[in-house]
Amino acid sequence: MQRRLSTWLLLAPAGLWFAVMLVLPLCFVLVFSFGEREAAGGYVPAFTFAQYANLPARGTAFLNTLMLAPLGTLLSLLIAYPLAYFLAMRASPQWRTTLLILVIVPFWTSILIRSYAWIFILGGQGLPALIEWLGLGSYRLINTPFAVLTGIVYGYLPLMVLPVYVSLERLDKRLLEASADLGAPPLRSFLQVTLPLSLPGVATGCMLVFILLMGEFLIPAMLGGGKVFFIGNALVDLFLQSRNWAFGAAVAVTLVVIMLVTVSLYMWLMRRMGGVRDDVALM
Amino acid sequence: MRLYAFAVYLFLYLPIAVIAIFSFNAGRHASQFTGFSVQWYGKALSNPFVIEALWNSFVVALSSALIASVFGTMAALALQGMKGRVRMVADALIYVAVMVPGIVIGIATLIALVTLFGWINPLLASLAPEGQAPQLAMGYGSLIAAHALFSMSLVIIILRARLAGMDRSLMEASADLYAPPLATFRQVTLPLIFPGILAGFLLSFTFSFDDFIIAFFVAGSETTLPIYVFSSIRRGVTPEINAIGTMVLAVSLLLLIAAQVILRRGPKTGGTDAA
Repeated sequence: MQRRLSTWLLLAPAGLWFAVMLVLPLCFVLVFSFGEREAAGGYVPAFTFAQYANLPARGTAFLNTLMLAPLGTLLSLLIAYPLAYFLAMRASPQWRTTLLILVIVPFWTSILIRSYAWIFILGGQGLPALIEWLGLGSYRLINTPFAVLTGIVYGYLPLMVLPVYVSLERLDKRLLEASADLGAPPLRSFLQVTLPLSLPGVATGCMLVFILLMGEFLIPAMLGGGKVFFIGNALVDLFLQSRNWAFGAAVAVTLVVIMLVTVSLYMWLMRRMGGVRDDVALM
Repeated sequence: MRLYAFAVYLFLYLPIAVIAIFSFNAGRHASQFTGFSVQWYGKALSNPFVIEALWNSFVVALSSALIASVFGTMAALALQGMKGRVRMVADALIYVAVMVPGIVIGIATLIALVTLFGWINPLLASLAPEGQAPQLAMGYGSLIAAHALFSMSLVIIILRARLAGMDRSLMEASADLYAPPLATFRQVTLPLIFPGILAGFLLSFTFSFDDFIIAFFVAGSETTLPIYVFSSIRRGVTPEINAIGTMVLAVSLLLLIAAQVILRRGPKTGGTDAA
């Protein structure tokens, strides 16, 4: 009895925190999404689906997000996989930890400042000037979908490398020896042994990156120059500029629902294909 | 293969290097290097707005990381070995806190708190003597509370991995030797999980210090460093931002390396340790 009491006392502060700062706010968003906009901006209680019917007004933002988020995820995977493979299979053990930390560190430093660096590099005086100097023609790079994708891949690459690395590192190397002993050339061993066994890591990485990309705001705001809108940008606009809280809440609810549906679908698919471990490495 | 890895590392660190190099630029123009100088560091550090934003960021990061470490550790200890409905609810909440985009958390907190304050403030006004009622508003409090939520999830996730890998027989042995629960905690459990708590604290501090998106919604009239940097970039690229950016990156880097070293030095927690 005393043990149970102490357990509850230990849980109480965090529980209260989650209730007030997470559950309650999310309930508010849901309630607000059925409301109406006050004339001067704000919220009037109501029960209407008008906000949801109005969603196509922000269709471009949804479309951009739903196209660039999967594309960004795929590009990150394509760049991350060989690096993770190198770290897990080829790098010398005494360097491995250091190299791994070097991958993770950028992810945990300010994405704001790292994206700002790309304004610098992709802007007129940076890469475009270099390309022109080389006589390869003149290009505009900043404020394009290309710039946004570059920022995305740059920002989220570490998050993709890590889970793929973990699944490759855990792979039983004897399986590869067995495959070689049975006469399989390296490529075949890779395709039939390594790749399938690394799929759980691939799935985890893709999920993490995709989820974060769905809510992205900073990268499109900084590198898209107001031309490549994401849902996140629409949300900032609706809440802080036009103060249309009810519509903003409906957009937010829709975003979360799309995320939940795609992620559940994805997990279900992965589970059917061969089981996904739940070990989500966040750092 | 080696060459490819090298290229990716170049890609990862080139932008950081560019910012750092140009922060030492003597010239006014952000994009042309005209000589070495530390003048922009001086300019940034004597700018009262920068100092205020830096101070705000520091206070918020420190408070939210402290709250998250203490309450998160308590929760992780309580959840250890627990099964059943409470555990399921706790897992779901932590999952939601990490998975729901920061922007949605920011918005949700904004509308919930503004609405709550709208209900509470008239109440406070009617209770307190004329004109002296405290007014609740967005600011330090909401900022710290929102950052503490995310950080608490981080601390719980890290500590859970550590507790799961810990040898329970140590605690049982301590109890068998008639140590009261508090003594067991102080002399056995705490030393074992302390590296995890410290690493969680440092990561929480870094998260809060670097966070822009949640702060953008819940900071009210307070300005944190990322908010200041974002609005300065809107006004145009200047070498001063490079200097501030380099300092921010340096602080985050140092804290991260400290967190990594601590996490690795501590007792082994088995394969599930956060890499």
